[in-house]
Amino acid sequence: MDNSVTIRPIKVLSLSDFEELWAFRELLIFFAWRDLKVRYKQTAIGVLWAVFQPLATMLVFTLFFGTLLKVPSDGVPYPIFVYTGLLFWQFFSQGLTDASNALVGNQPIVAKVYFPRLALPISTVLTKLVDFAVAAVILAGMMLYYGYIPHLSGLVVLPALVVITFFASLGGGLFLAAVNVKYRDVRYALPFFTQILMYLTPVIYPASITHRFAWILNLNPMTGVIQAARASLLGNAPIDWGLCTESALISIGMLIFGIVYFKRVERHFADII
Amino acid sequence: MTTPIIEIKGIGKRYTLAHQNGGYLALRDVLARAIRAPLDLVGRRTDQSARFQAKEEFWALRGVDLSINRGDVVGIIGSNGAGKSTLLKILTGITPPTEGEITLHGRVASLLEVGTGFHPELSGRDNIFLNGAILGMRRREIARKFDEIVDFAGVSRFLDTPVKFYSSGMYVRLAFSVAAHLEPDILLVDEVLAVGDVEFQKKCLGKMEEVTKTGGRTILFVSHNMGAIQELCNRCVMLESGRVIKTGTPAQVIDYYLSRIKRAAKDLVLSEDTSLPVQLTRIRIENQNGDLISEVEMGEDAILVIEYVVRKDIPSLSVGMDLHKDRTSLLYSLDSDLDESLMAATQVPGTYRSRVVLPTSLLKEGHYGVDIVAGDAAGELKLSRGAEITLSFGVVNTRKDLTHKSFRADRKGLLYQPLRWKTEPMS
Repeated sequence: MDNSVTIRPIKVLSLSDFEELWAFRELLIFFAWRDLKVRYKQTAIGVLWAVFQPLATMLVFTLFFGTLLKVPSDGVPYPIFVYTGLLFWQFFSQGLTDASNALVGNQPIVAKVYFPRLALPISTVLTKLVDFAVAAVILAGMMLYYGYIPHLSGLVVLPALVVITFFASLGGGLFLAAVNVKYRDVRYALPFFTQILMYLTPVIYPASITHRFAWILNLNPMTGVIQAARASLLGNAPIDWGLCTESALISIGMLIFGIVYFKRVERHFADII
Repeated sequence: MTTPIIEIKGIGKRYTLAHQNGGYLALRDVLARAIRAPLDLVGRRTDQSARFQAKEEFWALRGVDLSINRGDVVGIIGSNGAGKSTLLKILTGITPPTEGEITLHGRVASLLEVGTGFHPELSGRDNIFLNGAILGMRRREIARKFDEIVDFAGVSRFLDTPVKFYSSGMYVRLAFSVAAHLEPDILLVDEVLAVGDVEFQKKCLGKMEEVTKTGGRTILFVSHNMGAIQELCNRCVMLESGRVIKTGTPAQVIDYYLSRIKRAAKDLVLSEDTSLPVQLTRIRIENQNGDLISEVEMGEDAILVIEYVVRKDIPSLSVGMDLHKDRTSLLYSLDSDLDESLMAATQVPGTYRSRVVLPTSLLKEGHYGVDIVAGDAAGELKLSRGAEITLSFGVVNTRKDLTHKSFRADRKGLLYQPLRWKTEPMS
């Protein structure tokens, strides 16, 4: 028989898990599409919410940190400086937060239907990618307004930065989603945790002011991403390739860790969710 | 003989019941336990036994062996908690077995609960695609069968209406229709026919029949509806307490099942313990005819009979019962202290039998238990070595058509009391 399946008590992560995920790739899209559709249903401004959040945050930060506190911004106008950081940061943090709730929030289907569980967190981060793309339009507008033309190298680096952010967000999200099934503490701890983490990432200030503490920031893959994004789009500094590579490696590490942990505990989700 | 399409070998599933009050395990508890761990090391003995008691294990399935041939339609029957749904859940891969192995030669699809994955905010059209994808269909496949699905469900006028506005009947019809158009080699069906109106149930049975006859599809079908099993299946399996206890033709197995239900009636007889001043010796539940039963038909009362020995004079002895559901909600509590003359008297040594009507006619389908307790003026007395004695029983519905919502087991509310609204125009 061609398509035999064996069910055993213990299952190890294997290539077939990824084949299965591939077979269910349409489900990924359907979940993402469902989340987007439901999210903007019965909202007056619809998809503009994806823009509103980074935009409003940018205005508040510009007023307090840029104008009143005069936080340096590497010679770049503060609004565009902070917006570039926020764009990537919110992609990361919202992807992380939503992915961590992806299983618990879909409890009925997890308990009643079989499908590759990875589909849920992955599709959640995909919807954030859509939000990211929408919010990026504002950045393009701001660049025009302030007269910035991205370096050619920048345009090449940007997709890589998006992928790094995606991996880091998904890797962390997978781990937290799996933990959340068992320990509902995640839901309460995470908003606080991401808030703290934002201050440990050069979103509202340039990494150049951190001096000897820079290594703390560099542990976080988003530091490299945000710095490289600014460097490539705004040209405030040369791209730090070393740091970029480090970010890429850390995010790949996070992704692998997330997948391995998730797959290890996955089979018992339906029993304990 | 063809090779079996499903081979189940020694499947077991163990669940651990954590005795917590419905809450989720919080990280806090685990950390607290870890911090206390050094202390545990000191008083290892006592603590370990305490920890063992806090967790109760039970095997939902044990040592299940079955092989099912291509094209078989197998009915799975058994009383509530026999392990039927657990078996289907393991077959779909929703939950892993604790031991054993299953080999499946073909694509599996399941209908464990209709409409899981439906999103209330989305339209019927969107939900067909979403639900189809969750069940493992490709978009192209869904698109090809779209009209057929809509026709079968009869919801074409409401395709663009969010399903939250659907009546429950429409909802179920649409959900079943999506699943019925899957083309798996093995279809697992769990009690879906318990919902939906009679007309639609017939249509579904027809569809399932057509599919098995023409498509050679293998179906595992869990139901309490013996009629449907009889009509649809060519084989039948009976589970009890997680084990297969009978396989054969539907007629054979159903006969056995029905006779077994009567015999399984619980008659709790307790061993003598002369050290106790009052001891329960026997408890049971009887129907109106005095037959021993373990399942009560919904809407009917039953009689609780308790027998006990009194070994010394006990002033104002009162026996009582606590009726509870699923070991959690206490529904009703009654003592014999209502009877003033009993309370005033001293119960002299001897054996006694007390009967009381158990108000089961008020209860919906489900698992219930009665705890028997005894008390006297001085405080509570022990009736046995264990603090309480529980007799469990089920309330089942085999006669009433609950298509129309109220009192269906899965709906909210604990009581069965079919009262009628009286409505009249006000002006």
